[in-house]
Amino acid sequence: MSVATIDHPALQAVLDALAARFNDRLLETRFEKGELSVRVARGDLRPVLAFLRNEQGFNALNDIIGLDNANAPVAGRPRFSVLYQLYKFPDALRLRVVTDAAEDEPLPSITGLYKSADWAEREIFDMFGLRFEGHPGLTRIYLGDDFKGHPLRKEFPLAGE
Amino acid sequence: MPYKHIEISMGPQHPSTHGVLQLKVTADNEVVLNVEPVIGYLHRGMEKLWEHRTYPQIVPLTDRLDYLGAVLNNLGYVLAVEKLAGIEVPKRAQYIRVILAELQRVASHLAWIGFNANDIGAMSVLLYGFIEREGLLDLFEEYCGARLTVHGLRIGGVPHDLTPKVCELIRGVVTSVPRRLADIEALLSENRIWKHRTVGIGRIAPAEAIQYGLTGPALRAAGVRWDIRKNIPYSSYEDFDFDVPLGTHSDVYDRYLVRMAEMRQSLRIITQALDRLPAGEVRAKVPRLLKIPPGEVFLSVEAAKGELGFYIKSNGTDKPERVKMKAPSFINMQCFEKMCQGHLIADLVAILGSLDIVLGEIDK
Repeated sequence: MSVATIDHPALQAVLDALAARFNDRLLETRFEKGELSVRVARGDLRPVLAFLRNEQGFNALNDIIGLDNANAPVAGRPRFSVLYQLYKFPDALRLRVVTDAAEDEPLPSITGLYKSADWAEREIFDMFGLRFEGHPGLTRIYLGDDFKGHPLRKEFPLAGE
Repeated sequence: MPYKHIEISMGPQHPSTHGVLQLKVTADNEVVLNVEPVIGYLHRGMEKLWEHRTYPQIVPLTDRLDYLGAVLNNLGYVLAVEKLAGIEVPKRAQYIRVILAELQRVASHLAWIGFNANDIGAMSVLLYGFIEREGLLDLFEEYCGARLTVHGLRIGGVPHDLTPKVCELIRGVVTSVPRRLADIEALLSENRIWKHRTVGIGRIAPAEAIQYGLTGPALRAAGVRWDIRKNIPYSSYEDFDFDVPLGTHSDVYDRYLVRMAEMRQSLRIITQALDRLPAGEVRAKVPRLLKIPPGEVFLSVEAAKGELGFYIKSNGTDKPERVKMKAPSFINMQCFEKMCQGHLIADLVAILGSLDIVLGEIDK
């Protein structure tokens, strides 16, 4: 994949390093409103995040965000997306790594890389029903264990069952 | 007799949890081995609800997250919407937002010092803190008619300009708060009991704190200079001269010192903003039916409890496809177990108080 040119020298350097290392395994690169997001396959998630953390200095994970794309499906792409919002401290650089998964496809847990991933992954499991392989205790975080369904899926009704 | 660990359940109605939170504590006599927080008792499904509300309708709902810091929640959300929709906010509105946000930070910190001290047994501090906070709530009432869940900001600006009465109240607060802070410090800073309960309690190493995603005053008490207002300025914070107070020992006592110093910095910012308030409109023209073209944005602000982030994905309609809030208390709560290990059960309430959590935003 050719490296996109973006109007942000520091993020451009990160992007170049990513492209040099992972080349065509970067599925999509977007730079909008000053925010860079890089899409990778599920299997590449852990190596990409490990590279960003260990070699590019993205030492903090702001948040993990789950998305259900049921209302606007993209052809050839699984239903759910998971977004990893990284932060490089103290340079104030942000970067978003995106990956996709179907309902029955487990994602790699990144609790070994970022401790703050623990509860964030549990929240996505609770709200979307996505599983994370290697998570130390993947249980619901907000709802009771006997709760049926995953509220942030689009088909879940607003007022409950 | 065979040796056995004790399991204790604190909460969900324990007074120190300030909301509904259960702590499953495993202890060796009085020494805490591990703590498992059980959250979700206050879960209202906010993020689901937001997918069914228009962009302006969501603003008052954000008040109900960290209900001690309503304006700060508003600010995080409206800034994200404005960035997504490309709305330019008038300079005067940005300054008024800064004033309201910093007043809110002071109000939130005053509630924190009251609760933290009260949990440890210093009840008069709670009363002093709340007398002063009352003045701030009166100010918000004068500004917009509400005291707690104020709905103090709008997409594109603020609902009202500052009236002379409000300016007078702000000036009054700026002079009265430091006096009250001095009273509180006289009661606590060199108090042997307070120091005995807080110094060296709940420590966490800076590198570990970053690993856990700790933000806000609790992280700065570990000596890490991380303040979104300085690192990634928003709403004209770059115009103001203020310091970022840092701690060194990363314990409950340093978190106390950091927040006390932060309130004084907030007052500095408020004075500067009021003195240099630019002329002009206080609200940009925003269509009543705000439709935002497809896109996504992540933005965070420095709330009273730490870094408050909003991710918004739009789909071209007047309702968002997804709004995800990154609540500072949720992330800070994860650190709690790490901070408690090896301390006494009685220290749990001191550490929990020093994290300044609000269950409204943890549970969403």
